[in-house]
Amino acid sequence: MLAAILALGLLAVAFGLMLGFASIRFKVEGDPIVDKIDALLPQTQCGQCGFPGCRPYATAIAGGEADINQCPPGGETTIIALADLLGRDPKPLNPENGAVKPKMVAIIDENICIGCTLCIQACPVDAILGAAKHMHTIIAAECTGCELCVAPCPVDCISMVPIQHNILTWKWPAPPPDMRPG
Amino acid sequence: MKLNTPTSPFIHAPITVTGVMMRVILALIPGVAAYVWFFGYGIAVNMVLAALTAVISEAVILRLRQRPLRPYLTDCSALLTALLLALAIPPIVPWWVPVIGTLFAIVIAKHLYGGLGYNPFNPAMIGYVVLLVSFPVEMTSWIPINTFSEHSLNLFESIRFSLFGQLPAGVTIDAITSATPLDTLKMHLAQGNTVSEIRAQLGLDEETSRLLSVIPIFGAIGGKGWEWVSGGFLIGGLWLLYLRIISWHIPVAMLGAMALLTGLFSLINPGHYAPPLFHLFSGAVMLGAFFIATDPVTAAASPRGRLVYGAGIGVLAFVIRAWGGYPDSIAFAVLLMNMLVPLIDQHLRPRVFGHDR
Amino acid sequence: MSGPADPIRLPPEPPPKPRLWRFSGGVSPPYNKTMSSVHETTVARLPARLILPLHQHIGEAADPLVKVGDQVLKGQQIARANGYVSAPVHAPTSGRITSIAEYPIPHPSGLSALCIVVDSDGRDQWRERAPLGDQFAALEPSALRNVIREAGIVGLGGAGFPTYIKLNPGHDKVIDTLVVNGVECEPYITCDDRLMRERPSDIIQGLIIARHALQARQCLIAIEENKPEAIEAMRRAIEGLENFAVVPVPTLYPQGDAKRLIKTLTGKEVPSNGLSMQIGVVVVNVGTAAAIYRAIYHDEPLISRYTTITGTAVAAPRNLEVLIGTPIRELLEQCAADSSDLGELIMGGPMMGFALQSIDLPVIKTTNCLLALARSKQPPAPTVMPCIRCGACMDACPVNLMPQQMYWHAKAKDFEKTQEYNLFDCIECGCCSYVCPSHLPLVQYYRYAKGEIWTAEREREKADLARTRHESRQARLEREKAEKEARRKAKQAAMPQDMGQQGREAKQAEIQAAMDRARQRRDEAIARVQHQREPTPPASAAAPDGSRPDDDHQT
Repeated sequence: MLAAILALGLLAVAFGLMLGFASIRFKVEGDPIVDKIDALLPQTQCGQCGFPGCRPYATAIAGGEADINQCPPGGETTIIALADLLGRDPKPLNPENGAVKPKMVAIIDENICIGCTLCIQACPVDAILGAAKHMHTIIAAECTGCELCVAPCPVDCISMVPIQHNILTWKWPAPPPDMRPG
Repeated sequence: MKLNTPTSPFIHAPITVTGVMMRVILALIPGVAAYVWFFGYGIAVNMVLAALTAVISEAVILRLRQRPLRPYLTDCSALLTALLLALAIPPIVPWWVPVIGTLFAIVIAKHLYGGLGYNPFNPAMIGYVVLLVSFPVEMTSWIPINTFSEHSLNLFESIRFSLFGQLPAGVTIDAITSATPLDTLKMHLAQGNTVSEIRAQLGLDEETSRLLSVIPIFGAIGGKGWEWVSGGFLIGGLWLLYLRIISWHIPVAMLGAMALLTGLFSLINPGHYAPPLFHLFSGAVMLGAFFIATDPVTAAASPRGRLVYGAGIGVLAFVIRAWGGYPDSIAFAVLLMNMLVPLIDQHLRPRVFGHDR
Repeated sequence: MSGPADPIRLPPEPPPKPRLWRFSGGVSPPYNKTMSSVHETTVARLPARLILPLHQHIGEAADPLVKVGDQVLKGQQIARANGYVSAPVHAPTSGRITSIAEYPIPHPSGLSALCIVVDSDGRDQWRERAPLGDQFAALEPSALRNVIREAGIVGLGGAGFPTYIKLNPGHDKVIDTLVVNGVECEPYITCDDRLMRERPSDIIQGLIIARHALQARQCLIAIEENKPEAIEAMRRAIEGLENFAVVPVPTLYPQGDAKRLIKTLTGKEVPSNGLSMQIGVVVVNVGTAAAIYRAIYHDEPLISRYTTITGTAVAAPRNLEVLIGTPIRELLEQCAADSSDLGELIMGGPMMGFALQSIDLPVIKTTNCLLALARSKQPPAPTVMPCIRCGACMDACPVNLMPQQMYWHAKAKDFEKTQEYNLFDCIECGCCSYVCPSHLPLVQYYRYAKGEIWTAEREREKADLARTRHESRQARLEREKAEKEARRKAKQAAMPQDMGQQGREAKQAEIQAAMDRARQRRDEAIARVQHQREPTPPASAAAPDGSRPDDDHQT
């Protein structure tokens, strides 16, 4: 009886020490899951998910406050990647957050622009170039297509156009679906 | 003017799934011919029954699964499965034996797993094993070669027995059936006889056998008659190799592993273990090595993988023959190795050009 | 690997059979070469209009040097190389530049790209030429490479990689062997065969120049055994040359792939992801060698090439020497092709070429073959069956890949897995699709998977850029807020009252006036656009001086 209690006690102490050591030795700094989720998001910073940017959305997903299907620019690919990362089932995009659209880029009609800088203040990635009372222009390579600049423009001179494929960005299409296995 | 824009390559080797399957079926001819010559028409009746069952059940299942009929019926894969299954079961059995086996092979082992290309286990062997464990009496009633049967059935009698279970007047089922050579060997070994004694006693030339009224079961190499059937399958298999329908890896590895093991054991204890040639030309080894283990869908894919897969079948087949409960073992060996195929394919990839390993 | 211990054995004269190695896999399709290889090459008619895409090679598109309306002379550079991996474009004949705009170009996408259009004046008048001739031997390799670069020479075997880069192994690498690729393993194509038969000395002269640029020890001329006439012609042309050898190689597709050819000749494998230079070998095509010769000895840039016009729709198949930019329609007419029965038009060979959308596309530097297939003679499209895992593709793969595994993963869009199976080692040679009994479009799956992976890579890069920009913006806003707060506090301490309502109202009025003006201008613009029905050009203008707007817009 005594031997049994002693043995169990010793085992408990030993495992306790091991666990304690492991918690110090393998301590995880910060919250990598937010980083991992953030890395999968498209970084358009469009806010369609209901959060002010991709990282806040990532934090919300990690905290369980948001679902994984609220990112229209990421579309199915992002949802599947998130489901994969978090070990959840993929689900269709939540229509409340918007619909999947082709990739867009903003264009300023420079004849109309009055140089009000409102769009510059709205752009989350500083992709609009210009100064007060001077015509603005969009750095296409850095535009994420978030559309946040469209609404603030007082003269409606910003339009979103789908990105055109050229020889360099063109890719082979998927083969036609195979015959169903039988 | 609208031009077609398919993608490269724009030419194709003259080969189709149907072509592959048809050639394999044609390659069965020498073995089947020897089978009919030595053991009568029973096997042909079984093949026809199995083939009909396969085509009908395939059509019904395809319809139920809403798949196009024509391409899948004409690919001949179901037909091949049925023929291989029929070749594995004894020639004189009631009609429902090949029918049930084929139904199981096509419906459960093939289509419930997703159909052509998706089944992990060889359907013919699944059908065979199901029959073997369900109907052991029917599945172990083999027949001796024609010349030594008290009565060998002709085509009409074979059909009549298959369909109605009626034998010609005065003939009993015991009179026309006997054990297979492998069965006999196993039985007599268990009684403490040595291999050479058994083979000498039951492998006499025709005249002496008649005098002693003993049915000669053993021939020069393997079982009497069976060695010719095996030889027929060997010829068909070599033809497939020549056509490059199958690659050499699986047959060579399987036969090589068996020959090596049987050679080793018969050297150590010749009294208890039969020599390599006997093993290679008995039972389903040749059929298995060239026609069953090489089934593309269920075999390993990479060259090294095929070697391991083939050798594994050879080893397992010998182990079951030597120490297992069943006299022959190709079906079990194939199915066991089928299970390992994903693992083999995962780990035995070929060295890619320009990579160190 | 067969081991670097195996030496390269040079055949002494007369040549005994040199030791060759064997790469795994490969296929032997019907070659169909004689229909065009038996005829002498003829010079194609001078077309009235030539369309010259600025992107005919691997790398950056060339930059136009001319304006619409300019008169140009034959051989004049009309677009210059743009960056290191690029090649200039030259006027193939004399005439006038009539357009610099987007036209459809020969490309699997069928898309358009910037082209320069030259209307021929019929005089075919050369610019001033100053051939280097034998003086090349006195030039530094780098100067020689520059001449070759300015001549616009790219690999004529099909890939179009700028040749001068190939001839620049870097000072840390010693090139032992210059391999000349006269294998031409694809069915139907015979332009290299004819070139070797008709201009062997041009090729050899080009090789001597290339060998000088590379300082290579030896030069092996590899020709497939099914071209005995070419082998004979080249053997005669190298008589008396030291360290030159003609090596007949087995007829097996894809023997002409550079890495496979190097394995056959030397037993060495170019490392995956690596260049042949790393193992001391450089491979150039025979056409490229001849082009080098013409650039050095005649000061002729790359403005023409041998092209095979063949196929079931062509009544008189043969090779033509064509000017780059010649419309394909004219070449088909000259070879009596029945364009009403044309079903498929393929640029390149039937194994690796691509189908063109129209016959009104120009010949480019890499157009080695135009394969016109008659609709009435095409076999019916085969039924695509499910994969039966037979492994025929694996046996045929010259790279030793597992095509069926890559197919399953690509089909399931599990692109990470396809990379695990070394998708990017795939050379898209088509052997797997060729032998597949189920007729699966395997190569198409690999191309698709590669494209998706590249796109994902680009998108990830873009997302990373957006993330850092967003983060730095957030940081900047925080900083400015803090500064503003500090300033406000300081101001408050200094001045108790602000100047009040008046200023703000004036500002409001000003904004309102500006908005009205803008609205008016916008309406006008819309009216104009509707009138013209022309799309606005994409405004991809970057910042002129790269400055950031950060400090300007804060009021």
